[in-house]
Amino acid sequence: MDWKRFGFIALIITVLFGVVVVVGQAKQPPLLIITSMLATTIAVATPLTLGALSGVYCERAGVVNIGIEGMMLTAAFFGWLGGIYMFQIYHMDAMVSIVLGVFFAILTGAIMALLHAVLSITFKVDQIIGGTVINILAVGLTGFLNRQLFFGKGSVFGGSVPASPGVLPTIHVPITELFTSICGSSAACLENVQAVNRVFDQKPIAMGAILLVFLSHYVLFNTRWGLRTRAVGEHPKAADTVGINVAKMRYANVLIGGMFAGLAGAYFTIESVPSFEPLLTNGRGFISLAAMIFGNWTPIGAWAAALVFGASQALLINMQIYRDVIPPQWAFLQQSYIVGLTPYILTMFILTGIIGRTTPPAADGVPYEK
Amino acid sequence: MSESPIVLEAKGITKQFPGVLANDNVNFDLRKGEIHALLGENGAGKSTLMNLLYGLHKPDKGEITVNGKNAIIHSPNDSIELGIGMVHQHFMLIPVFSVAENVMLGDEAVKNGSLDRNSVAKKITDISKQYGLDVDPNALVGTLPVGIQQRVEIVKTLYRNAEIVILDEPTAVLTPQEAEDLFRIMRDLTARGVSIIFITHKLKEVLAVADRITVMRAGRVINTVKPSETDSAQLANMMVGRQVILTVDKQDHEAADEILKVEGITVRDQRDLETVHNVSFSVRGGEVLGIAGVQGNGQTELSEALTGLRSPTSGKVTIDGKDLTGKPPRIITEAGLAHIPEDRQRHGLVLSYSIADNMALCDYYHAPFSSRGVLQPKALDENARKLISAFDVRTPSAFVNAGKLSGGNQQKVIVARELSRNVKLVIANQPTRGLDVGSIEYIHSEIIKMRDRGVAVLLISAELDEIMALSDRIAVMYRGQIVAIVEAKKTTREQLGLWMAGAHVQTA
Amino acid sequence: MQSEKQSNSLIKRILQSISDASLVPFLAILTAVIIGGIIIKIVGGDPFLAYKGLIEGSFGSPELGLEKSLKAISETAVWSTPYIFAGLAVALAFKGGLFNIGAEGQLAVGAVFSALIGYALPEWLGFDLPVYIHLPLAIIVGMLMGGVWAGIVGALKAYTGGHEVINTIMMNYIALNTTSFLLNGVMKDRSPTNVIARTPLIAESARMPAIFDGLRVHWGFVLALLVAFFIWWLLNKTTLGFEIRTVGLNPDAAQYAGINVKRTIILTMMLSGMLAGLAGSIEVTGLNYRHELGFSIGYGYDAIAIALLGKSHPLGIVLASFLFAAMRNGATRMQFLTQLPVDLISMIQALILLFVAADAIIRYIYRIKSKGERVVLTRGWGG
Repeated sequence: MDWKRFGFIALIITVLFGVVVVVGQAKQPPLLIITSMLATTIAVATPLTLGALSGVYCERAGVVNIGIEGMMLTAAFFGWLGGIYMFQIYHMDAMVSIVLGVFFAILTGAIMALLHAVLSITFKVDQIIGGTVINILAVGLTGFLNRQLFFGKGSVFGGSVPASPGVLPTIHVPITELFTSICGSSAACLENVQAVNRVFDQKPIAMGAILLVFLSHYVLFNTRWGLRTRAVGEHPKAADTVGINVAKMRYANVLIGGMFAGLAGAYFTIESVPSFEPLLTNGRGFISLAAMIFGNWTPIGAWAAALVFGASQALLINMQIYRDVIPPQWAFLQQSYIVGLTPYILTMFILTGIIGRTTPPAADGVPYEK
Repeated sequence: MSESPIVLEAKGITKQFPGVLANDNVNFDLRKGEIHALLGENGAGKSTLMNLLYGLHKPDKGEITVNGKNAIIHSPNDSIELGIGMVHQHFMLIPVFSVAENVMLGDEAVKNGSLDRNSVAKKITDISKQYGLDVDPNALVGTLPVGIQQRVEIVKTLYRNAEIVILDEPTAVLTPQEAEDLFRIMRDLTARGVSIIFITHKLKEVLAVADRITVMRAGRVINTVKPSETDSAQLANMMVGRQVILTVDKQDHEAADEILKVEGITVRDQRDLETVHNVSFSVRGGEVLGIAGVQGNGQTELSEALTGLRSPTSGKVTIDGKDLTGKPPRIITEAGLAHIPEDRQRHGLVLSYSIADNMALCDYYHAPFSSRGVLQPKALDENARKLISAFDVRTPSAFVNAGKLSGGNQQKVIVARELSRNVKLVIANQPTRGLDVGSIEYIHSEIIKMRDRGVAVLLISAELDEIMALSDRIAVMYRGQIVAIVEAKKTTREQLGLWMAGAHVQTA
Repeated sequence: MQSEKQSNSLIKRILQSISDASLVPFLAILTAVIIGGIIIKIVGGDPFLAYKGLIEGSFGSPELGLEKSLKAISETAVWSTPYIFAGLAVALAFKGGLFNIGAEGQLAVGAVFSALIGYALPEWLGFDLPVYIHLPLAIIVGMLMGGVWAGIVGALKAYTGGHEVINTIMMNYIALNTTSFLLNGVMKDRSPTNVIARTPLIAESARMPAIFDGLRVHWGFVLALLVAFFIWWLLNKTTLGFEIRTVGLNPDAAQYAGINVKRTIILTMMLSGMLAGLAGSIEVTGLNYRHELGFSIGYGYDAIAIALLGKSHPLGIVLASFLFAAMRNGATRMQFLTQLPVDLISMIQALILLFVAADAIIRYIYRIKSKGERVVLTRGWGG
């Protein structure tokens, strides 16, 4: 990540935040708007961050994965479904069902990734085709089961979608408590501290994603595993000649990538909202890939890029809040369809490489033939 | 020498690839502390034998013993375990990794879960000192010159305590002086008890450095001899299976007017690095100008700039008086250029097209091959049939895909297509790389035919012998500059080698 | 005698090559159908009844009677029309080395513009147009706008290296958002009973006539077959086709051969988008007589599956389109007979695609040796 890139990221985020502050200040003080934007940005960037990490693992090992979207979708469905089964059929505790749901999602991601690995590593199918197959299969599978399991003949749920056990709780970081004595009796001080506190009060997957960013960065660049992963993605033959099993390394990394995509899927149906609808991932798997590319295939870079997309989504969400105070000359901001274009246009803009070209791993997408 | 024990022996090795018997009952042995050269043409089966020894392939038949014990080698891990190291012709180095990372890959030093780069760096420094292999452990491999990269490869084998080192065509990318330096390193290694298998197709080198020479041809071992008991002609005969004319039959010829004129061109490569600086020269009709130089000194970018594949950032290129600087390939081709590209599979051919389509690759859009935007299959076939017989392309028919042909025949398809056109200038970049002697001889004679017909020829080659055999004048390229242009008759191999290594660079 | 023998062996060779080319797709379909049957069994359905329903629903049967059977066949042809266009769109891009996942968006754009020309042009002009002007105009405008939509991605690929896979997908979302904006706003059908996001009906003069009275199959189906033939001719018999294929197989060699690679990429993408746009235009002018939001969803993926199943050959695409159309059309009867959801079809289609794309799996299962060369589309992200 060069400074030009970070500068660009900072600039876009500032602009997006600035728009909301300018529009929203009629209703709320800027600090409150900024902290609420930040909190939303971090939360909605979660699946993008995890998706981008998924891409980083796969592609650093030399396997292009455009099936992240499908992996996320399938994982979102089965994680949610698993939770419902645990809760409704096995009558488990809601919290236990939710946590098991997360594991089901991760497992689903891994299984879909295994399919991608078999296709691209063992059978050497064109990796973009393989990923597309995963995406189409995901749409077909979740669409069919979503209908069949709930409304099909002999459904245990008897023709309706049952209530899910709910979503993961927010973890409160006690910053306010820490500052209560420092602020003393100043209400303004306390209010500001509470506003800042909101940024840190995130749900477990969102927080975990950030930890995973730094952990992945360390693993990739400072451990034996990372060195070997990057080697099979740059020059598999060189790795082979020093006794590294290229196929095994690639399989393992694609599976890890699948688990990350699975966790991203869990975000949608277990952390964000407790329901599933067909096609709910809405292209975020693909935007993750753009974040990965813009982040130059590094975890920290990809995270920074994911935050830009998160901010553009936060803009859309916050514009709904300030809908009534949008000044008439900015009326287009009322149109959610138009504001909603931001992440897609940003993705295309970033892929032009105007902000600086990035270099993929040299053997990315190339099946290894001895 | 012959008293030292046998450290490695291969008996009755047979390996079949689809369509090729790559190794046919091959026997080979290596003694401790010797340099045993394995000599043969491209495709003779040398590399296959070494890949079997190194565990990259498995033999169909035969056995391998190391230090007298039966060795089962299924993967490079097994051979590394047995003390075998290999320096591949195409380096197995990762350009974006440091020297230390490349060396330790697969045998990493780890401390508290993290890579221990410092201890590896120290070990590399120790090896460097011991064998006179100077390398900086922290340098990024991609930024190092090829000569140094080769040292990194040797260090890699020594880091793994290799006692048997296989060097596959190690001098292909070196200047004569760098090759001398490599030979010194090889002798240092053998003096310390390392045994070396030296694979090459260059006769002079084996005579200079080997203790024993085994010659292979068409997958079989022809003979094993000592350098003192043989000479170049006999070795060449064994290699090719017939008398080889080591020189090209070339008459003196009067050069005509200037065809290609290059004035001060500067070119940047795709990483935006300036790889050709302010180069000027000209080629006249009826002469061959050879550009000598070690690979990667800007020849690729120079030829790309002359043929329209890349735009020069400054300077001027004219062909027959016409300014063609930065023009696209089609305009330059139409101005009378024939281009035999460096990488025949990447640029020269569409492998899944038929020979007929490939032979019209640059002319498909005009008569007789097409009319009003519609292709004319009859004309394509006729053209192909004519060229296949005129240029002796060995193929069952014109409909066969180019990808199914041997390397020599693929190159003949390109040569046929390019030289059959009515051209003023031929740019041939590494026209014989990787080919068998028969094809090399044929392509050389075709190039000389063009010259005798009054066509200007620019020959770019990393093979100094080829440059010396074909050129009327020779230009030497070093770090993106032409450092010398001389009459071919008035120079020597040694002099050219010095220029190629950057000695006596005159900064005007 | 001699020539007869030769022509005999030529026919044999052609038959051989057809059977070689169709063997793997056939086995892929067979395998997917078997696995689909197992899935039906698992979820408690009757696979034989389900497949019977599929076939009856798409091609009719003596049981249903002549009228209903003809109707079923007509409906299959109706379904296949946009599939043929969209499948050709993806296939043409494949031939040019490009992966167009954006047929869905291009189709929507084509449909929106055809509908606009169809219902609004007479209003703007203030007089009615004759059908021989209005109808072609509506189709051509839709087709061209589909081409422009895809051409943007082509230009980004050619000049900046922005990868077409992600960009076509982004353009799908942009198309979806923009059409939502238009169909809920300025282009919304203002009739008092309407609550959905759709355009008004197009004028009579912009509608394509049906081929037979009483059946919905329209001349767009015939046009689709003609266009399939045209694309085959374009790709294999013209210099433009030669350029597209050369760029697709080896862009470096294409550049060396003097082909303008950038221009060819943009042109290929535009042609591909025009075909997808046609799919939308024909649906509007021939069938629905309006554009409705969400109608285009799913066509992009189906088109990829069809192009792969048809091995990017126009004839193969026509056949694959029939198959997909038959499944979609027969699904209603299958649901009627077995109460299995229509979505089951998407599952089976995804499985077909899986086995066609991963033909190595099929070759492995049925022990067939590989003859052809592998298609390589992945060229990394750098461009």
